[in-house]
Amino acid sequence: MGFKSIQEIKDRCISQNIPFWKCIQLADCEERAVLVEDSWDQMVKTWHSLKESIDAYDPELLSTSGLVGREGGKMESYSKNAEPICGNFVAKVMTAALKMGCNNACMKRIVAAPTAGACGVMPAVLVTFCEEKNIPEEKMVEAMYVAAGIGQVIAARASIAGASGGCQAEIGSAAAMSAAALCYVNDGNLDQIGHACAMAIKNMLGLVCDPVGGLVEVPCVKRNVAGALNALSATDMALAGIESQIPVDEVIDAMREVGDKMDVSLKETGIGGVAGSPTAQEIMKGLKF
Amino acid sequence: MANIFDILGPVMVGPSSSHTAGAVRIGLISRKLFGRTPQKVTIILSGSFAATGAGHGTDRALLAGLMGMEPDDMRIPNSFEIAKEQGMEYTFIRKELRDAHPNTCKMLLEADGYENLDIQACSIGGGRIMVNQIDNIDVNFNAESNTLIVHNEDKPGHVAQVTAILNQIKINIATMQLYRDKRGGYAVMVLEVDSTIPNQAIEWLRSLEGIIKVTFLDLNKEVES
Repeated sequence: MGFKSIQEIKDRCISQNIPFWKCIQLADCEERAVLVEDSWDQMVKTWHSLKESIDAYDPELLSTSGLVGREGGKMESYSKNAEPICGNFVAKVMTAALKMGCNNACMKRIVAAPTAGACGVMPAVLVTFCEEKNIPEEKMVEAMYVAAGIGQVIAARASIAGASGGCQAEIGSAAAMSAAALCYVNDGNLDQIGHACAMAIKNMLGLVCDPVGGLVEVPCVKRNVAGALNALSATDMALAGIESQIPVDEVIDAMREVGDKMDVSLKETGIGGVAGSPTAQEIMKGLKF
Repeated sequence: MANIFDILGPVMVGPSSSHTAGAVRIGLISRKLFGRTPQKVTIILSGSFAATGAGHGTDRALLAGLMGMEPDDMRIPNSFEIAKEQGMEYTFIRKELRDAHPNTCKMLLEADGYENLDIQACSIGGGRIMVNQIDNIDVNFNAESNTLIVHNEDKPGHVAQVTAILNQIKINIATMQLYRDKRGGYAVMVLEVDSTIPNQAIEWLRSLEGIIKVTFLDLNKEVES
């Protein structure tokens, strides 16, 4: 069975003297009754899919509704022709996140990580960093296990679905998974991985799921940028030695509580939040569905 | 509990795991239960599938699955055109189905010389689905295991016949459910099994008196046509 707390993962890592990723891999082999090599091969494939998914972007394409599609291209040309305030690396992360959000809306192939609506966060953070620093593939695949393990605990203790937990459960979880993975890639220890994850979730706690017209477009595409940047900053804080005063498992529990208390109009129903704004209502009248 | 490749995955064509990837799977499972590519399909979209389905490509995803495409098939966005090329006739109807999950569709699959299949299924999130009705009888299975579906007259002995043949060929039953419309009426049994049931055994079941229809969902086998 998968892990029900980050503490449980840490305990097993310490008692068996294995790294975080190995712990997740062994549990996967036990759970699905597969060989270590098979689990690894599947994760390599998933990593490749994640990498390739960004390249499918077509700046000329619009989603079926026409609401999104150009954002990735605009950000890319801006960051090439001007001096982005966030600097070049962060601009690249933003570009990748936007491209992925658009790819998803335009029916391209993506990896739901953990969901389709949040599919831009992990590739924006991990693929961009990998390319920037020339990280060996092996290390990135290990980091994918770290992300998956974190996601599994969040799914067990809280939720990874906007309909039950709001956007914090989708973009927030994706940011937490990315932060933990990036922390691992940068040689963060077990505690730092937990702190990175905890800080990423805390900084997105309460985020509602309010898609205009119920479509995974507005504000979902741009929220992938927010999730990615949140993951970067949470990782840097953890690597700086900054700690989350609230243990990560308790933060995940808090996310569940917030999700449970969130009004149903703010959980993927397309009723409240920006989806309920007058302009959104106007836009919806124009959609021919 | 979700395994790590449910968390990092599925690899799918966007934009929604429930409205797109789940819809492809509903189409794909329906095709497998039908045993072939339908020549004609009538699809009722209900709830959120009706309200936001077009924007999520739910209609195209269902057709793609019916034509045998997997959720990561890059041809999904073009499935209207592909269906026309392949001569698959399709009609979409937007209508509320009673007491149905928000993401539900009901489809009638037809092909010359074969019995129709009427199937109702819903997409429950993360690309996972639930089949709710077969030929208007309530059932309840997620199509993640090989599944045997037997339609029979509601008379004593049919359950024993089915379990006896499975025992004879050493196939383990994982779960078993029984449904009927009324006492002595039309009954359906749904058995999730741990391995593949050979064709011979299915043919034998079909030959029995009182057995109306036998369908086997073999997840590892692609349909022939």
